[in-house]
Amino acid sequence: MLIYGLRRLVVSVPIVFMSTFLVFVMVSLSGDPLANLKSRTPPVSPQVIAVEGRRLHLDHPLLERYAMWLGGIVRGDFGPSVAANERIGPEIVARLGVTLRLIAAAFVLALLLAVVAGVISALKQHTWWDHGLSFLAFVSLAMPSFWFAVLLKDGGVQLNAAFGRQIFSTVGERSVVAPDGVVPRSLDVLGHLVLPTLALAIVSFGAWSRYQRASMLDVLTSDYIRLARAKGLSRRRVIVRHALRNALIPLVTVTALDAAALLSGAVLVETVFQWRGMGDYLVVAIKRTDVYAVMAWLVIAATAVVVFNLVADLLYGMLDPRIRGERR
Amino acid sequence: MRGTQLQRRRPPRRLVRRFLAHRPAVASLVVLTIVVVAAFAVPLVWQYSYADITPDSSVPPSLDHPFGTDNLGHDAFAQVLRGIQRSLEISVLVALVSGLVGTVWGSLAGYYGGRVDSLLMRTCDLVLTLPLLAVAAVLANATSGSWWLVALVLSALSWALIARVVRGVVLSVREKEFIEAARALGSTDLRIIATHVVPNVVGPVTVTVTILLSTAILAETALSYLGFGVQAPDVSLGLLVSASSTAVSTRPWLFYFPGLFIIVIALAVNFIGDGLREALDPKQNRVRR
Repeated sequence: MLIYGLRRLVVSVPIVFMSTFLVFVMVSLSGDPLANLKSRTPPVSPQVIAVEGRRLHLDHPLLERYAMWLGGIVRGDFGPSVAANERIGPEIVARLGVTLRLIAAAFVLALLLAVVAGVISALKQHTWWDHGLSFLAFVSLAMPSFWFAVLLKDGGVQLNAAFGRQIFSTVGERSVVAPDGVVPRSLDVLGHLVLPTLALAIVSFGAWSRYQRASMLDVLTSDYIRLARAKGLSRRRVIVRHALRNALIPLVTVTALDAAALLSGAVLVETVFQWRGMGDYLVVAIKRTDVYAVMAWLVIAATAVVVFNLVADLLYGMLDPRIRGERR
Repeated sequence: MRGTQLQRRRPPRRLVRRFLAHRPAVASLVVLTIVVVAAFAVPLVWQYSYADITPDSSVPPSLDHPFGTDNLGHDAFAQVLRGIQRSLEISVLVALVSGLVGTVWGSLAGYYGGRVDSLLMRTCDLVLTLPLLAVAAVLANATSGSWWLVALVLSALSWALIARVVRGVVLSVREKEFIEAARALGSTDLRIIATHVVPNVVGPVTVTVTILLSTAILAETALSYLGFGVQAPDVSLGLLVSASSTAVSTRPWLFYFPGLFIIVIALAVNFIGDGLREALDPKQNRVRR
């Protein structure tokens, strides 16, 4: 199984390479990183602009720049940022922590909600429970994630105003002035996490709960469930031990594949709640044609995709022994 | 010959009947039709144009302004209708362009197989590895933000999805006897693709394109919110929502109405896609338990 996963990994390497190259070219051609510097009043002297251009490797042709960037990545150097006082590496690592917190929380929440909703839907197929939960799932699929996020944020603000004190934190990933002590500080971070997590989780919830419903229905009609019931096992035991366990297998792999997509969802949620995470970094970088910063985001996103694909493959093999022999 | 023609006519009628049996899909089709017709017809008779600046600024919904006005005095009803038009135009263009490119691409890959197939499909893989939101933002940032460029950017990133679906279908059709028979009768490759392969592909493509329609609407809103989509003074649903998102508490009507229409449209399109899929592939739709 590990070998299978590794082989998949090796196959995806050239594609990832091409992908980074494509994005590198696109971002480089999408604008002039020095535009801001050139348009300043009073005008910046041409020497300064030339020096800045050299710092950003703009005096080299595009292909050479890509090669230099690639060489840098191998050594763990993300390249120069347009913002002269910022180093991309430490910056993105700090922001990755912030974003991972959000993604992990949203992932767990979405998974829990999806499993519960999916199982209820399947067990009570064609009842009002099923219809209601299905409708919820469809609405969450049709809702622009940031619209819901803004709605939540506004709800939080109004609730705070109504009670005259801060119940929900609606701005930033933590308070500007962090409280002293480990426990208050953690509580502060958790408080800021609540609404964004909900906003991000709802995006994945829709698809996952539908998936869980379908796979649960599939399992419930299978022979071994009928056999388990015929043996005289209680309905509850059959559902939890036999049906749910098997129905979770496909969901687990789907969620692992989708987890990387949460990174894109986080871009919007972070913008709404003004978090200083990866998403915010990407938006700013694109706006100022910060090629190397965009590339840093991409490399991390691509790594996440590859890693989660691998995890999905391995999980699938681990959870479902039938797969191991077939997939070679 | 006549007999076979009659045979070929029959499935669509059965398909329509099956689609009509899917109640959410039918209801959605009705709702979507009303929204589309209203979006294009009502502005012709409505008293305000989306660009009019009326003397009433920031008034809540009233008879004169059913959706209220913004701080400059734009009539939000006219703007929402205009936004629906734009968002629909963008998503339909995305669906058409990526549907066409994807179908041709996938058909060629599936039909010819071998080296052509791997070359074409690796290109698809490459496109599919690009994170949609990030790359669309980069491309849209480089272009000037007119609505059809936004649509083309989204198409450039979504055709590969369709190509993959089409290739799968073509691969399974390719080995069927009727293709062999057509070839034995001396049909050219082009003729076989056009008369035998494409009709089989239409179903799955329609379903995927329908889903793409709602994805495109949502992607447009997301891009506009981040500032990379349609640019003012043009109007789209995404732009309306993002422009009003900073003042939800003071002018909630500006935020709720365009958002609700996004949801209604995307929801309706998804249900229609569902209905189409079940009509086209009744095997998936067996009653369980």
